[in-house]
Amino acid sequence: MAQTRKELLVDPLVDNNPITLQVLGICSALAVTSSLQVALVMTLAVTFVTAFASFFISILRNQIPNSIRIIVQMVIIASLVILVDQVLKAYAFQVSKTLSVFVGLIITNCIVMGRAEAFAMKNPPVASFIDGIGNGLGYGLILILVGIIRELFGSGSLLGFTILPTVNNGGWYVPNGMLLLPPSAFFIIGLLIWGFRTWKPAQVEEREYKIQSAEAH
Amino acid sequence: MSEQEPNTEPKGALGRFLAASPDSPGKTIIVAVVLCLFCSMVVATAAVNLRPIQEANKLKDKQVNILQVAGKYEPGVDIAEAFAAFEPRIVELESGTFTDEFDAASFDDRAAASDPALSISLSDDPAGIGRQTKYATVYLLNDDAGNLDKVILPIYGYGLWSTLYGFIALEENGNDIFGLQFYEHAETPGLGAEVDNPRWKAMWNGKKLRDESGELQITVAKGTGHEDHHIDALAGATLTSVGVDNLVRFWMGEAGFAPFLESLKEGEL
Repeated sequence: MAQTRKELLVDPLVDNNPITLQVLGICSALAVTSSLQVALVMTLAVTFVTAFASFFISILRNQIPNSIRIIVQMVIIASLVILVDQVLKAYAFQVSKTLSVFVGLIITNCIVMGRAEAFAMKNPPVASFIDGIGNGLGYGLILILVGIIRELFGSGSLLGFTILPTVNNGGWYVPNGMLLLPPSAFFIIGLLIWGFRTWKPAQVEEREYKIQSAEAH
Repeated sequence: MSEQEPNTEPKGALGRFLAASPDSPGKTIIVAVVLCLFCSMVVATAAVNLRPIQEANKLKDKQVNILQVAGKYEPGVDIAEAFAAFEPRIVELESGTFTDEFDAASFDDRAAASDPALSISLSDDPAGIGRQTKYATVYLLNDDAGNLDKVILPIYGYGLWSTLYGFIALEENGNDIFGLQFYEHAETPGLGAEVDNPRWKAMWNGKKLRDESGELQITVAKGTGHEDHHIDALAGATLTSVGVDNLVRFWMGEAGFAPFLESLKEGEL
């Protein structure tokens, strides 16, 4: 095996992060990062689904007919997501109320299917499981960073506790309303990608083309 | 993909099946059918087994909200016990009278709103709800002496992104507002979702629905207005505020609970 288990777990956090390097799962990163608590729960849910989906798909990988493999992956992923949704509704009702439809939308999260198709179809179950956890946590790391920035400067609180008392509640902080809207996550993720690539220049992609120098007439 | 070479001849029907190439049409169909059956069983089992807990959660959440809007909620209180003080009754909206046609404990307002037999389609629909139920569950709270203290009415309507579901608590005269609370909505966090801000909700306390002539005056609007009837709109959430204004005025108006509140005031109930 090319990668050790530790590498499988740690690599997706920074060096091969699903959001900042592979640029997957952006849609849900915009939607669920307006508060830290929701970002944390989403991290756990996605990590769980990615890990177990990879695990089961890897077990079945030699039996899955090539022509219907995407559908088979979807069926397994969708079943796990429904399971998570049902369990949240039963045991974490308040959280499931805040997440509403976004739990169901994990099914469409490109990271889950990306890992199933790219890794779990070709690797043994335990390695796939660890790869799933690593990628779920890599996704979660960005979600949590964005969630902290958006909740702190958008609502003046973290996990619901007031850090910067806002004007609405009689304090001094005028919250930045844009941070509460999904597009702000685009800017934050863009800045994070820039930061990551300045820190680790190896992540910078080569140009696909060069602008031709103008020919002399 | 490098397939493993089986060391021995596969044994039995299952062994032969597993060793067969996954790409044959027969195996494709069998894998698809078995997987679908298995997954649907897992999902169905989870859904059926967890349903009682989910239903209990929903009921408890609703009860907590009723307690909160009536100002009877404290953390750590026994919800079921505290809620026992509230008497659920079904009101026929048009006549404004109680009806015992349905069981008040199990009547489902939301299901009724989409049941053609129990609801009407609205042509004039300021609250944006499409169909309105003909019957609604209200909750009566009596004080220690057994006199009516508060009445809690369900209200709902469209804001910016979502239908807001909530309760409004009125004093026994059916005109003074005690509180307003939404228990389900999907408005923008920090903007429209500030309908949950305790400071904003506190503004409803003590406001009056109607003026002395009986005209419906309550309004949610920007700036300042009549101190008895005006609630300041939410900053940065104009459409949610307009939605709340519309839905409160709709439900407190003639198409909503006005006939019921009238009979309440007359002491006919």
